[in-house]
Amino acid sequence: MDQSQDLCAIRVRDLVVGFGPQTVLDHLSLDVRRGEILGLVGASGGGKSVLMRTIIGLIPRRSGTIEVMGHPVGDRTQDAATTWGILFQQGALFSSLTVRQNVQFPLRENLVLSQELMDEIAIAKLEMVGLRPQDADKYPAELSGGMTKRVALARALALDPPILFLDEPTSGLDPIAAGDFDALIKTLQKTLGLTVFMVTHDLASLTTVCDRVAALADGKIVAIGPMRELLQSEHPWVRAYFHGKRSQMLQHEMR
Amino acid sequence: MNSQPLLLATPSGDVLKLRPEGPWTAANVSALETLSRSVGADVDRFRAVTLDMSGVSALDTLGAWVLEKLSRRAASSGRSAEFVGVADHFSGLLDEVRQVNRHTPAPTAAPNPISLRLYDLGKATVGAREDITIFLQMLGALFMAVIGVLRHPRSLRLTSLVYQLYRIGWQAIPIVALITFLIGAIIAQQGFFHFRRFGAESYTVDMVGILVLRELGVLIVAIMVAGRSGSAYTAELGSMKMREEIDALSTMGLDPVHVLILPRVAALVIALPILAFIGSIAALYGGGLVAQFYGDMGPAIYIARLHEAISVTHFEVGILKAPFMALVIGIVACSEGLRVKGSAESLGRQTTTSVVKSIFLVIVLDGLFAIFFASIGM
Repeated sequence: MDQSQDLCAIRVRDLVVGFGPQTVLDHLSLDVRRGEILGLVGASGGGKSVLMRTIIGLIPRRSGTIEVMGHPVGDRTQDAATTWGILFQQGALFSSLTVRQNVQFPLRENLVLSQELMDEIAIAKLEMVGLRPQDADKYPAELSGGMTKRVALARALALDPPILFLDEPTSGLDPIAAGDFDALIKTLQKTLGLTVFMVTHDLASLTTVCDRVAALADGKIVAIGPMRELLQSEHPWVRAYFHGKRSQMLQHEMR
Repeated sequence: MNSQPLLLATPSGDVLKLRPEGPWTAANVSALETLSRSVGADVDRFRAVTLDMSGVSALDTLGAWVLEKLSRRAASSGRSAEFVGVADHFSGLLDEVRQVNRHTPAPTAAPNPISLRLYDLGKATVGAREDITIFLQMLGALFMAVIGVLRHPRSLRLTSLVYQLYRIGWQAIPIVALITFLIGAIIAQQGFFHFRRFGAESYTVDMVGILVLRELGVLIVAIMVAGRSGSAYTAELGSMKMREEIDALSTMGLDPVHVLILPRVAALVIALPILAFIGSIAALYGGGLVAQFYGDMGPAIYIARLHEAISVTHFEVGILKAPFMALVIGIVACSEGLRVKGSAESLGRQTTTSVVKSIFLVIVLDGLFAIFFASIGM
């Protein structure tokens, strides 16, 4: 028991979340191991984002427990920034701050450090996610979709959190940019030893970067394991997801 | 393991051995900065520096960067620096950090303050010209849309027009009536209070009547509408612009001026005279109540005085201005809405600009009308 808890970055047990009469997550349990990249798939509107937002405390839960790094998640989110970094679907960059200030924001709010060091760290993070130092003085409105995601990733990583949440990181990117982004996440995960929780629909990301994939259907995790195992799954929804027309080409390559 | 980061410096001959220990992570950043600063001078004195990483218990980007900065400082001007004893799980991070911050962009020269002022002045001038151009463009586009509607009356967006009339006309009545009522009452109270000293109380009614019908009724209502409905127009059209709804309309072969702007401006032009009328009546009513309870002047006398003091001309002067003010408010609000760029901040800025500009223009217009009516003797 102790051993397994040590290995789990995120531990969700019997989680129930709903809005009004509707139950979105129904007694859901999920373990995310330390240092792995877990991909979460599910139908649109099926509660993937709800699960992510519940874990990070943005949505109240009806019952169940959530443990992050061995500590139960309460209602308070004050140490949140040092525990996890979050890449929101639309980037959620602060539009009144420049790229540099966006990346510095978590540093400024959580640490006491000199402006010089803060500037260097911000540029370092931007270069690590593949941006140029010249982009640091732009405003979010001047960035392309791919750049916005990179800046948002740099901001999420500003404090080197052990856990990184990604909400559809490659949606809206062209295949080359999406591939680069996947490679980037893989590299960062290796160098920084991150645990990555990734909500995605991108079958290519699932096959290339995810160590394990969890399938969410009917408010529960119906299958979890490496991509190869999920492809063998007998669950009707999982079969439909991975063996639909769109997935067939990818299937072909896997064999 | 140490819970606090340490940095041990041991000189041996030409070589300075630095041994960082403990957690070199963001959580201890102030300690890290102090440590690296304290050995900074030593680092400059030695020919070579070795960084022995074997004592580091935890490392993140920030700690790695502080160490990398030390090693870069040591490696400058032909001297050497190297990392030894790097644990496997830290080497990736150190390699990564070694790549960054290599190209410091040339610092941009601080601009000359005088040329900066001149630049701002020039920009403001060009901006003012642009504002006028945009205003005239919108006026022209509206005119064309009106002609289009006159030629094909069925193309008028009647549903939209009625809905806008409901929102900016009907729903505005309570607040407009309340505020003008209070203003009428306040003017009357001031009139009675000051005129009483030289026994000219009855002229208060003349003042209230003329002031309200000619100027205040319409002006106050126009300012309120600019704040209430003009800002709503700007925010609405701005967020539609942000979400590419307006582009979507254009690509479907529809003219945004025709579909979105004409019903809004037309609703304002129709509603503002009505609101101004309601406002004027409410103000006169407020004045009448003050006359009865504060000025000891019964309703019958108040109405009789009012009848003598004001003519239909005063009413005409006031109400004639209303559609023009509505047009100005509508054009400013809609064109500012269309100038919103991608960000939420720009939406806020444009909404503020819209309200400030339309109130300013309404007052300027009122002044021009005053000159005009005076010169034609109305």
